[in-house]
Amino acid sequence: MMTNTGNRLTQGQFSFLPDLTDQQITTQVEYALKNNWAVGIEYTDDPHPRNTYWEMYGNPMFDLKDPAGILAEIKECRKTFPNHYIRVTAFDATRGWETPRMSYIVNRPPKEPGFGLARLESDSRSIRYRISSYATDKPEGERY
Amino acid sequence: MKKSTETAGDAQIKDGKKRYAAGVLKYKQMGYWQPDYVVQDTDIVALFRITPQEGVDADEAAAAVAGESSTATWTVVWTDRLTACELYRAKAYRVDPVPNTGPGTTTPQQYFAYIAYDIDLFEPGSIANLTASIIGNVFGFKAVQALRLEDMRIPIAYLKTFQGPATGIVVERERLDKFGRPLLGATTKPKLGLSGRNYGRVVYEGLKGGLDFMKDDENINSQPFMHWRDRFLYCMEAVNRASAATGEVKGHYLNVTAGTMEDMYERAEFAKSLGSVIIMIDLVIGYTAIQSMAKWARKNDMILHLHRAGNSTYSRQKNHGMNFRVICKWMRMAGVDHIHAGTVVGKLEGDPLMIKGFYDTLRETHVPKSLEHGLFFDQPWASLLKVMPVASGGIHAGQMHQLLTYLGEDVVLQFGGGTIGHPQGIQAGATANRVALEAMVLARNEGRDIWNEGPEILRAAGKWCSPLQKALDTWGEVSFNYASTDTADFVPTATAT
Repeated sequence: MMTNTGNRLTQGQFSFLPDLTDQQITTQVEYALKNNWAVGIEYTDDPHPRNTYWEMYGNPMFDLKDPAGILAEIKECRKTFPNHYIRVTAFDATRGWETPRMSYIVNRPPKEPGFGLARLESDSRSIRYRISSYATDKPEGERY
Repeated sequence: MKKSTETAGDAQIKDGKKRYAAGVLKYKQMGYWQPDYVVQDTDIVALFRITPQEGVDADEAAAAVAGESSTATWTVVWTDRLTACELYRAKAYRVDPVPNTGPGTTTPQQYFAYIAYDIDLFEPGSIANLTASIIGNVFGFKAVQALRLEDMRIPIAYLKTFQGPATGIVVERERLDKFGRPLLGATTKPKLGLSGRNYGRVVYEGLKGGLDFMKDDENINSQPFMHWRDRFLYCMEAVNRASAATGEVKGHYLNVTAGTMEDMYERAEFAKSLGSVIIMIDLVIGYTAIQSMAKWARKNDMILHLHRAGNSTYSRQKNHGMNFRVICKWMRMAGVDHIHAGTVVGKLEGDPLMIKGFYDTLRETHVPKSLEHGLFFDQPWASLLKVMPVASGGIHAGQMHQLLTYLGEDVVLQFGGGTIGHPQGIQAGATANRVALEAMVLARNEGRDIWNEGPEILRAAGKWCSPLQKALDTWGEVSFNYASTDTADFVPTATAT
């Protein structure tokens, strides 16, 4: 089990808060839509901090402007992947940004085993570090 | 002021024979005052605050500053005539009295002087060359009692000769995988005296508790109590341990400031070999060294943090030196990714309106003229990336609603004492700050009025987060209410003239 605050993965905007309720998730989606950002849903069972490309649960929903509809998609994703990490990401296409502007976790596995740190000792006390998720020791789909 | 041998008024002398007769002329007569001049899109424009010596009129003082910061010397030289000297001469073209100075006030009369410089006066891509003219000899010039560079308009043509930030806000966030909230940091304390091993302990605790970054202080380089390699090794152990403990990307600003470029490159290379995402330099290393490190950082995928050590020696007093907004412009051109730019609410100098001007200058793609924020020109940024401002110095979790309101979300909030001084320990201090931050961002996005409801939002989070409750109990009431020395000359309703 992870020993940090909350015993959990702390990626995303709101991981230090109690799990967001569906109402809170919807309000944050509304905020994204109000800013003309497209909301996307992504999931993974490999939460390594450098794993940039979580699987897309469909493309970002550029044309869906209804927060309730987006919440329904999030719920569908949760139903399909109840033991995966799921995050909501809001994409801003404005010149000068063209990047995610929000990203928060809306589902996580019941048990988060955390990460091991391997050290490869080298010359002059230099160390190469390797972080690996205990969960990813198992193959995809069997991790949580 | 120089005594002119001419008696026929101050107008520019057009007759070549008279103009270039040996002797001394007024700067206006030499052609440095041109009220009809039409500023070109490619001109660099500087705005100076001038306090003329007694008996020197404002136009002549402005012309003198234009002259001494471009082609003039104290006497007429015929060799001007071998050049396209009309082009190379800087032109003072406008002088406005500064509001609330002069008769009836306690401040001697000051003037804002607008001076235009042709782009070919400056070497492409060199802050050193630009500054050698603009803040060179002219600041010691006897004709003015005091002189302050308030603002500059840098034309797109000149901006395009600079690299700009090595990484920029967008790419920094993508690399760190952190979006939609300010980043959190803390400076390791005590800033001097810790051994490498003890120092890394502070770094580990802060990062594991919830901070994104820890930071070396400006004067941590390589001293007898801790040499740089030792610090780098222990800090990277702490960074990697904390990253594994949280599943987040973490970083520590390794300060590579040193006595020579060779030493700085050596330290930067070592930081790179250890896998650090960020290095740090101090403003005191100088403009050229900063540009060199920015190029190195771009080449090596490194975020470059700049600590503005030294700036208050020339930026704080209103009548002489230079405004920090000019440093912001130069540093965006020079290519740093982070710069300390004030907190508004903390322990260091900072008026809210002035700081908004700094932050806009660092972060926006186009910054419109706004006198109330001290911005005298429209400034387009020509695709130079955005610099992440850093707010540091005497801030704590109880001010989170004020910080988010004043500074927005693209900022690094650094709580040094407010993390390490927490009564339950460093991790608890970090957690308190992170919880306060996330609770406030959540509430803001929900449309709540965080300026007024902030304390209530924090108290509510404190109910389930005891470290936050302890932080609020300890520092909730601490504030630094001193008047700023560097304030706006214009109230929102006033106009320039």
